[in-house]
Amino acid sequence: MNNFSSEQSRMLKDISIIDFTLVELNEYLDTHPHDRQAMEYFNHYARIKNQMARDFSARYFPLTADMSTDTKDWNWVLSPMPWESSFGEGGCK
Amino acid sequence: MWSYEKRLQFPVNIKEPNAKLAQVIMSQYGGPDGEMGASMRYLSQRYATPYREVSGLLTDIGTEELAHLEMVAAIVHQLTRNLSMEEIEKSGFAPYYTDHTIGIWPQAAGGVPFNACEFQSKGDVITDLFEDMAADGTPL
Repeated sequence: MNNFSSEQSRMLKDISIIDFTLVELNEYLDTHPHDRQAMEYFNHYARIKNQMARDFSARYFPLTADMSTDTKDWNWVLSPMPWESSFGEGGCK
Repeated sequence: MWSYEKRLQFPVNIKEPNAKLAQVIMSQYGGPDGEMGASMRYLSQRYATPYREVSGLLTDIGTEELAHLEMVAAIVHQLTRNLSMEEIEKSGFAPYYTDHTIGIWPQAAGGVPFNACEFQSKGDVITDLFEDMAADGTPL
């Protein structure tokens, strides 16, 4: 589990993109808690992020410990830490 | 309460180590305007506001600053990998290396340790928000 496949890196990058949208919508909603349209956007992207994180965790390693379904090897700790160079491509080159 | 997501907010993938650059970027980790000060500022100030919109926002921004802190540490870590002793001396990294080798430690570019005096928490929401605007104007 050391070098990520291009599919694994792509999934991770897509999760980063969707999650960035969620962080911004979350912070906007904190000061606009009655904006229904913003809530619709938030709910839409939250569902997508949740599904993508679950797909990624099932295929590669758990993104959060509670997404683990491991029974044999604890991949939460066996997978690379995010600051390791093997942790995906797709950042600034 | 917090939980950890095992990825960086944006991927960091540095090809060439550069200790000189690491020493400058380190200031964004533990310097006067770094992410450690930013996260501690918001997460400390949030208790004193009577408005849930504000304490909630400070919580979420403070949390996001922790994700920034992790990206900056990843940059410094990757910039200081596989350095030779000659590179460490030539790049001016030797003073940091003497005390921390290539461990991540919060300090300013000039070597001043992280200091909580870089931010304020005064128990008054208006006072604190003005300090936030001075420190990090765009989000608030």
